[in-house]
Amino acid sequence: MEVTRVLLNAQAVDGTVRKQAEDSLKQFQDQNLPSFLLCLSGELANNDKPVDSRKLAGLILKNALDAKEQLRKFELVQRWLSLDPAVKAQIKGCLLQTLSSPVPDARSTASQVIAKVAGIELPHNQWPELIGSLLSNIHHHPAHFKQATLETLGYICEEVSSDVVDQDQVNTILTAVVQGMNSSEGDNDVRLAATRALCNALGFAQVNFTSDMERDYIMRVVCEATLSPDMRIRQAAFECLVSISSMYYEKLSSYIHDIFNIASKAVREDEEPVALQAIEFWSSICDEEIDILEEYGGDFSGDSEVPCFYFVKKALPALVPMLLETLLKQEDDQDQDEGAWNISMAGGTCLGLVARTVTDDIVPLVLPFIEENIAKPDWRQREAATYAFGSILEGPAPDKLMPIVNVALNFMLNALTKDPNNHVKDSTAWTLGRIFEFLHGSTIESPIITNANCQQILTVLLQSMKDVPNVAEKACGALYFLAQGYEDTVSSSLLSPFFQDIVQALLTVTRREDAGESRLRTAAYETLNEVVRCSADETVPTVLQLVPVIMMELNNTVEAQKLSSEEKARQNELQGLLCGCLQVIIQKLGASEPTKHLFMQYADQVMGLFLRVFACRHATVHEETMLAIGALAYTTGSDFAKYMQEFYPYLEMGLQNFEEYQVCAITVGVVGDLCRALEEKILPYCDGIMTQLLKDLSSNQLHRSVKPPIFSCFGDIALAIGENFEKYLIYAMPMLQGAAEVSTHTSGADDEMTEYTNMLRNGILEAYSGIFQGFKNSPKTQLLMPYAPHILQFLDSIYLKKDMDDVVTKTAIGLLGDLADALGGNAGPLISQAVASKNFLKECLSSDDHLIKESADWAQLAVSRAVAG
Amino acid sequence: MAPHDLRRPFKRPAISDQQKRRELALLRQAQHRRDAQLQARTLASSIAFLQDQNPTHHLDQPISEPGAEPEPESEPQHRDFNVVQASKLRGSEARNWFARQLMLPEWMIDVPPRLNRDWYVFARPAGKRCFVVSSNRTTVSRLRNGSVLHHFPSALPNGARTKDVSGPAHVFCILDCIFHEPDQTYYVIDMVCWRGYSLYDCTAEFRFFWLNSKLTETGACNPPSVYHRYRFSIVPIYDCDQNGLHAAYAGAVPYGKDGLLFYNKHAHYQTGNTPLALVWKDENCSQYVLDTDSKGQVPSQQQVVLELQEDRKLATSDDPPVVLGYLDGDILQKSGLRTGTLLRFAINDGGVRIVDGKLEIADVNYAGKANRARAFADSYSKVFFQYTARHSPLKIDDLVASVHSSQDQESESSDIEMVQ
Repeated sequence: MEVTRVLLNAQAVDGTVRKQAEDSLKQFQDQNLPSFLLCLSGELANNDKPVDSRKLAGLILKNALDAKEQLRKFELVQRWLSLDPAVKAQIKGCLLQTLSSPVPDARSTASQVIAKVAGIELPHNQWPELIGSLLSNIHHHPAHFKQATLETLGYICEEVSSDVVDQDQVNTILTAVVQGMNSSEGDNDVRLAATRALCNALGFAQVNFTSDMERDYIMRVVCEATLSPDMRIRQAAFECLVSISSMYYEKLSSYIHDIFNIASKAVREDEEPVALQAIEFWSSICDEEIDILEEYGGDFSGDSEVPCFYFVKKALPALVPMLLETLLKQEDDQDQDEGAWNISMAGGTCLGLVARTVTDDIVPLVLPFIEENIAKPDWRQREAATYAFGSILEGPAPDKLMPIVNVALNFMLNALTKDPNNHVKDSTAWTLGRIFEFLHGSTIESPIITNANCQQILTVLLQSMKDVPNVAEKACGALYFLAQGYEDTVSSSLLSPFFQDIVQALLTVTRREDAGESRLRTAAYETLNEVVRCSADETVPTVLQLVPVIMMELNNTVEAQKLSSEEKARQNELQGLLCGCLQVIIQKLGASEPTKHLFMQYADQVMGLFLRVFACRHATVHEETMLAIGALAYTTGSDFAKYMQEFYPYLEMGLQNFEEYQVCAITVGVVGDLCRALEEKILPYCDGIMTQLLKDLSSNQLHRSVKPPIFSCFGDIALAIGENFEKYLIYAMPMLQGAAEVSTHTSGADDEMTEYTNMLRNGILEAYSGIFQGFKNSPKTQLLMPYAPHILQFLDSIYLKKDMDDVVTKTAIGLLGDLADALGGNAGPLISQAVASKNFLKECLSSDDHLIKESADWAQLAVSRAVAG
Repeated sequence: MAPHDLRRPFKRPAISDQQKRRELALLRQAQHRRDAQLQARTLASSIAFLQDQNPTHHLDQPISEPGAEPEPESEPQHRDFNVVQASKLRGSEARNWFARQLMLPEWMIDVPPRLNRDWYVFARPAGKRCFVVSSNRTTVSRLRNGSVLHHFPSALPNGARTKDVSGPAHVFCILDCIFHEPDQTYYVIDMVCWRGYSLYDCTAEFRFFWLNSKLTETGACNPPSVYHRYRFSIVPIYDCDQNGLHAAYAGAVPYGKDGLLFYNKHAHYQTGNTPLALVWKDENCSQYVLDTDSKGQVPSQQQVVLELQEDRKLATSDDPPVVLGYLDGDILQKSGLRTGTLLRFAINDGGVRIVDGKLEIADVNYAGKANRARAFADSYSKVFFQYTARHSPLKIDDLVASVHSSQDQESESSDIEMVQ
């Protein structure tokens, strides 16, 4: 086989040629993996080959080493590790050799593949010479080789966790990188690669950052790089500062003054990409201090791990004016442009973060700016003043803001009706929304919305909903928060007298010709949803009247025939919004018995419509419809059985949707709803559902986040059908066991991985719990006995790892109880041997979390019964 | 390693409404899963394993579906009860049901072996033995015969209509109590169900531990208040060694004592009469050693209440019943008494013998129908104890001696214990 030809054909425009090439590549891979990989690495390394075949060779290599999906990734890692060392050495040799290639794309591809191999091998103490061989003679290499080496180091730092590289190597990497960044480096590409590499390598520099001398050196070089004549380098250098601000916040004291000066200059004078990073530095500092101060607040002892240095507070007198300046640099049409992100937007956002950080102190610094500019003839000044006002509404204590808001409210309502400029109106409506979001609601002592002004506010907002789309959208947003303020009211709310008008106005907005702009239609439906969700009991009749109205709208979308692909997309979006709205209405009405009863008259029709919406598509199901069906199943309870036959094909389709994993996830959740609604009536559909769920679990394509809920779903099914789950045990139990195995390997890699591992654990534990409880009191409980040792070991291993979250703790200790409860005395000796039944249980019993304690109480009881025999 | 996207949400909420609804749906599902799980746990465990004596009683339907194959008689599930269903019973049905739920100690006729190791002892408060059930945000206490003593709000889980809902409706508690009139306090002597979890088949050791740790958490031991009409209190429970026995017998308690109760540490809560819980009294620790008549006087002759059964048999309330005599055929004919009726008899001193440790009564004198409030005949052990109390009572010294001697034995037999 001529590999180059095949690799080029695999990128051919002609589908047949491409397919054939892909097939032969696959065949080659399946027949002889080592020689396939060798061949690809040879291709990548060969400077005589076309760049496109080399790039694809590298890409396939990369994909043979890593996958997004966790199980798949695990398999690939195992596969690589088990390859013949001689083959691997040869491949790695080719990769390193490619770094010196004169072809930039080949070098860059090789860099990424090397990082992937390093990601697998370094944690296993393999390829120890990698870093050394990359760094040897770096100074004698030509610039392009140096650049590729630095880029590779950057990728490696991104790929591997910092604890697998020993400090000596970290030191040599950092030395090389920082030297590459130095102003003495003549080649800008090298300097850029070094600066970007540093950004990734910062996580490795923990120890170096504790040494004053080393830290000073790194900081000096980074700060110098922000002054480089090359804009890309300045941008990358500021990006380093952003990373440093979040990673080494506590080490910044001695540099913050200089950084402030550099950043201020960049914000005022530099090109936008650099200025944006400079603002981001301060936003990032705000993020850090908000987190630290939040921790202070939660813990009265006041000892947070990281002390707050109050950088923002100290910089306030100079920082705020700088940010206020940026507010005046609006772009003309930024409110119409969805993708816009410019300096005034970044500055305004940063101002909002500053307000959350320093709270009350921001008010006197911004107030003069607002007063001075709010009535100026130049719209930029009025808009900047309004935006500044809106920005500082979150953070300061309500009593600091109330006096200003009470004065400003009328001004704002007036501006929203009368200001000639759309930007001003946009920001005014947004600011009103912020007022309602933060200063209105059951927790605020003196309400700003009163009997006296409620009507005026609503009149203005409903009027603004007829304004241009971007203004109308913000008016909807303001109404959203206005309604949300009443979410705790039960029987009556100030909005009730206007409820009908509000609903009518929102429906009118959804039907506007231009409702597709500025996501106005979406905003209107979202607001309608919130208005319904937060409505008081007295307006239930209106909510009920809304059911046929929304059904009619949904029906119209279903009727439409012969749509163009663009119309089809619009139909799809509209159906989503309408199903979302029905979901909220069903939940609202389903929440209490009398209103549920009222809703039930529509249940058949609503379900009929949902089925027709499903039928509009061929291969996929609508996520929103699925969500709404979950709500419907919960509301109708076992009555839902009558829809099952017709609904089942779509349920299956949803479970098969690997590509849109959210759809799959929602559908899995709906299976849970159905189990609880139908109980044993779901039995006839379980063969199909279980088959699908098992396929999902075995799939490498399905997004990993869906797998934990699938396990939980096993538990739901077992709980619903009890001992009938027997026939699925031989499939489900090994899956659970395998996943438990994987979870012991994945935990602790990093925060994200630990979070996923905990989700996975929770799913596995919930599955076991459901199975045990489902089998309980059946003679078939004995079938579960063989699984008990492994499950107890799993509980022990989770406990010993000490990295579980509260949810897992609760589920795990509950499972101990379920196992003991179901197996009883037979499992007594096993249980008494498990660590989980002693120390873990003891810890949970004294937990502050009442859910954990509740589960632990259960476990203690069940365990004591089982152990006593 | 291209620069990261800096864009932050601008004038828009950080998450979309759809994402919010998705999260709310997930939250709702998680909540419902938790409810379903909790219900499975509590319902399953609230199936009380009752030793019912009347298998035809309509409540005795097994939880499993009709037509399911019958399980062997020894399977406790066969007589499953659902306490939640029972809590919905009203009137006489409720009385009948609850009348059979209490664990009734036998009277101590002789000292059980290993008293000091396997038993607890505590001073029984004088008062009305009752079941206290908290459910559906109210609390009801029922006497031994099933009739309601009080209907009241309490700080027990789900025991009052307070603002803080203490859990779903199926959360309920059943406590075994003695209501002590003088201080209007419910002294809790055992815990049968707690927050929906059944403790029927837990050992006394565990039940007492659970009782001690859980009851105070709820505030049920606090002084009375609007939502908590009666105080609950725990009685001090001792290991039945020399010190424990002494403390229970002679120690000061805030309530009037009515004898000592002995509970076997390893015994489950068993409804009806059980030899694994024992009561013992003498004049020192009880005002009620000998049974009194309706006027509070100790009659000259021992009185017993027995149940008339088929073939004129007069039986105790034990399971199986012990036949202590036969009703005179003439009386039966004249009175037209039906089987199942409780009858009162006087026993002539001369008409009783103890043969091989067994009580034999040669001569019972019919004295009339028993008080209508009585739900049961006397137990065999009661008749026995009352008889010995009149003649050669078991004394506290006997108990102390037994604790002593078994302590001695213990040190001797410890080697044997080790190799077992």
